[in-house]
Amino acid sequence: MHRFSMPLQPPEAPSVLVLFAHPNFERSRIHRELVQAIKGLPGVTFHDLYEAYPDLDINVRNEQELARAHQVIVWQHPLYWYSTPAILKQWQDLVLLHGWAFGAGGRALAGKQLLSAITTGGGPDAYQRSGYHEHTLGELLVPIAQTARLCGMTYLEPFVVHGTHQMTPEQAREAGARYRLLLASLAESAAIKGSELTAPAETRHGSR
Amino acid sequence: MDHDSFFFQAFIYLAAAVISVPVAKRLGLGSVLGYLLAGMIIGPFVLGLVGQEGQDVMHFAEFGVVMMLFLVGLELEPSLLWRLRVPILGLGGLQVAATSIVLAGIALALGQSVKVALACGMILALSSTAIVLQTLQEKNLLKTSGGQSSFAVLLFQDIAVIPMLAVLPLLAGAEHAAGHSKGEHGSTWLDGLPGWLGGLLILGALGGLIVAGRYLVRPAFRWIAKTRLREIFTAAALLLVVAITLLMTRLGLSPALGTFVAGVVLATSEYRHELESEIEPFKGLLLGLFFIAVGASIDFNLILREPALVAGLVLALLGAKFVVLAALGKIFRLGLDQNLLFSFALAQGGEFAFVLFSFASGSGVLPEAVSSVLVAVVAISMALTPLVMILNERLVQPRVGTREKPERADDEIHEANPVIIAGYGRFGQVVARLLATNGVKSTLLDIDSDQVDLVRRFGARVYYGDATRHDLLAAAGASSAKLIVLALDNPEKTLELVHTLGKHFPHLTILARARGRNDAYSLLNAGVTHVYREVFDTSLAVGKDALHLLGFRAHRATRAVQAFRRHDEHMVRELAQMRRDDPGYVNTVRERTSAIEEVLRAELGYTEQADENAWDSEPLVKAYGNQAAE
Repeated sequence: MHRFSMPLQPPEAPSVLVLFAHPNFERSRIHRELVQAIKGLPGVTFHDLYEAYPDLDINVRNEQELARAHQVIVWQHPLYWYSTPAILKQWQDLVLLHGWAFGAGGRALAGKQLLSAITTGGGPDAYQRSGYHEHTLGELLVPIAQTARLCGMTYLEPFVVHGTHQMTPEQAREAGARYRLLLASLAESAAIKGSELTAPAETRHGSR
Repeated sequence: MDHDSFFFQAFIYLAAAVISVPVAKRLGLGSVLGYLLAGMIIGPFVLGLVGQEGQDVMHFAEFGVVMMLFLVGLELEPSLLWRLRVPILGLGGLQVAATSIVLAGIALALGQSVKVALACGMILALSSTAIVLQTLQEKNLLKTSGGQSSFAVLLFQDIAVIPMLAVLPLLAGAEHAAGHSKGEHGSTWLDGLPGWLGGLLILGALGGLIVAGRYLVRPAFRWIAKTRLREIFTAAALLLVVAITLLMTRLGLSPALGTFVAGVVLATSEYRHELESEIEPFKGLLLGLFFIAVGASIDFNLILREPALVAGLVLALLGAKFVVLAALGKIFRLGLDQNLLFSFALAQGGEFAFVLFSFASGSGVLPEAVSSVLVAVVAISMALTPLVMILNERLVQPRVGTREKPERADDEIHEANPVIIAGYGRFGQVVARLLATNGVKSTLLDIDSDQVDLVRRFGARVYYGDATRHDLLAAAGASSAKLIVLALDNPEKTLELVHTLGKHFPHLTILARARGRNDAYSLLNAGVTHVYREVFDTSLAVGKDALHLLGFRAHRATRAVQAFRRHDEHMVRELAQMRRDDPGYVNTVRERTSAIEEVLRAELGYTEQADENAWDSEPLVKAYGNQAAE
C-alpha cells in the first residue's frame, strides 16, 4: 500500500471546477450542448448549482473546499441583466468571505484562475458602444473581473457564445467543441502548474 | 358553631374583603392594608361583627402563610437558594442577633428584667413574612436586590423560630420548661426524647422530605395526573401541604419552613406551574383572612387606655428595627434606594410574635400585662407597614435617585420566557429545539404526564398542566411572553385555548397547529392569523422529491412547490369564510381548485418563458439592436 499512498500528481486530479448556473436548464439548447461537451473531460469537475441548492441554501464549507481544491474556476451561465443568475451571485456573497477569499488572511483563491463562460441572447453587435446595450461585454463584466482581482485570481479572457436563439444545431455543436478544447487545455496546464506549486497531499478534492 | 352562624361569619369576612380591598387598591394602598382595615372595621372595637373567635380564625388563617412559603419555595430552585446562602445566613443571622440585642437593651432601659428583655428582643426581632412578601409581590419588587435581601432575612427568621421555641422556656427556668412546652405548643413526637435524638429525628424528617419530594411525590402526581380530573389534582396538592404541616407540627418545627423546603424540592419538577396555580387561590384567601384577623385583633381599648405608651413602643420598635436593618444593608452593600426598601419593609413585628408571645406568657417568661401590650404593638406595626412602604415609595424614594429597575433580575426566579409552547409532543419539540438553537428560550407545557416524564429524562424542562387553563398560563408567564405556539393534538382543546387566550392574554401572538383543512378553517375563523396544517409541508416535500425523481430539475420542483403552497394557503383563507355545510361548498372548492391549478400552470409557463427569454432575447435585439446599429 505504501507504494501508492503518495502519488506525485494523479492524472485524474481535477483542476478545473465548473460552477454551472442556469435556472431553466431544461429549456436551454446551447447550455445542454456545452455541458454535454465537457462531461467526463479529465480534470474537470462539473457542479450544477441550481440542482445542488434548489432553494439557494448554499453549503458554504463544501463550496469553499471545492474551490480550494481546484486551480481554475469557471462560471458557466447565461448573462442575465449584465450579470450572473441569482444563485451564482448568492455563491459569491456567501462563499467569498472576508478572511477567506479576500482581506486579511484571505488568500484561499490567490494564484488561481477565473473564467467566465457566458451565453447571450443578443448577437455580437448588440454588445458594442454603438449597439443595443451600449457597452462592450468586457466593460459589462468589470464587476466579475474585479472580483477575481480582489481575490488574487487571474481573470481569463471570457468564453462567449452570442446569439443563442438563432443558432443552428451545427453552430451549437461547434461552440461545444470550442468549449471542450478550452477547458481541456486549461485542465492540462493547471495540472502541470499544480504539480509544481501544490504539495501532493493538498490536491485532495471534493468528489462531486 | 352552627350552620347559620358559620355562613354569617363567612358572609361578614367575604363581604369585608370584597368591599375594602378594591377600595384600598383603588386608593393605591395595596391589598394588605385593605384587609387590615376590613378587619379593624368588623372587629370587636368598631362594628363588633366578629368577636373573640377572631383569634381562632387567625390561627386557622396562619395556614395561608404556610401555603405562601410553599409557593415561594416553588419559585426558588435549589441552585438559586444556594446562591442566596450568604444573605440568608449572614444578613438574616445578623439581623436576628443584632435586633434581639438592641430591642432587649431598650426593654432593659425601660426597667424590665433581663429574661423578659431577652424574650421580648427575640420575639420582636422577627418580621412579618405574610405582609412583607405580599406587599413586595404586589409592587413587583420581590426580584430587586432589596426584595431579595428581605426575602433572605424572612427565610432565616422562619428557621430561627425553632431555636426560639426551645430557648424561651429555658429563660423561665428548667422546671417550668418541661411542664409548659407540652401544654402550650401541643404534644410533639420529641417529648421525652433526649435532645440529640430529637435533633436526629428533625434532620431525618427534613431529609425524608427532600427524598420524598424527589422520588415519591413526582410519581404520585404523575399517577394522579393521569386521571385528568382537576379536582383530584387540587386535592392532592392541598393534601401535600396539609400533610407536611402536620408532620412539622408533630416535630415541633415551623410548618412554613417544612412546606418551603418541599416547595424548593418540587421547584424543578414538571408539576411546578400546576401546583402553583392550584394552591394560589387558597393561599390568597387564607392570607386575606389572616390579615383581616390581625386587623380585628387590635385591642383598641388597650390603645385608648394607654395611647402614649403604645405609640411610643410602636415608634421605638419600628425605629430600632429600621436602624439595625439599614446598618446591615449598608454593610451588605445595598444601594441606598434598595436599602431603604429593605429597611422599611422589615421594620415591623411578625405574625410569629403572636404565637411566641402566647407561648412565652404561657411558659411564664412574660407577664400577661407585658405580652398583651406588645401584641397590640406588633399588630399596629404590621398594620402600619403597608403605609410606611407607601410613604417610602412616594416621599422618600423620589429623593434618592438611584432606582433599580424591577425587571433587572427577572429571570433569576421566574421563567419569563418570550415563548410558550403548549403541547410538547413530536410537533412542539421541533419548534422548541429550533428556537433553543437560536438562543430563544421557551416555557414548555404538556398535559400527558407520561410524555412529560419521558422528555424530562432527556433533560427537557417541560411542565405538566392543562394549557387551556388561564391560571396555569399565567403561572407559565403568559402575561410577559410574546408568542404562544399551540401544538396540541386535540383540535377542540386548541380552539378552547384560542378563546382563553383572546380573553385573558390578548397581547400574545398565536401560532397554531391545525390538523387539516377543516381545523385550519376553524382557527382562521377564531381570529388566528398564523395557522399551520401539520402535514401540509411534509406532503409538499414528498411532492417535490417525486417531481425531482421523475426528472424535473430540483430548482424547478422547488419553484413549483413554492407556487403551489402560496396559492393553496390563499385558497384556504378564502374558503374559510364559507360555511362547510353550505351545499355550494363542494362546488366552490372544486371550481377554485381547478382554477388555481390553471393559474399555477400559467404562472409556471410564464416564468419559464421569462427565464428562457431572459431579458436580451433575439426578438428584442432585432427590434432595437439593428435600429441602434443603424
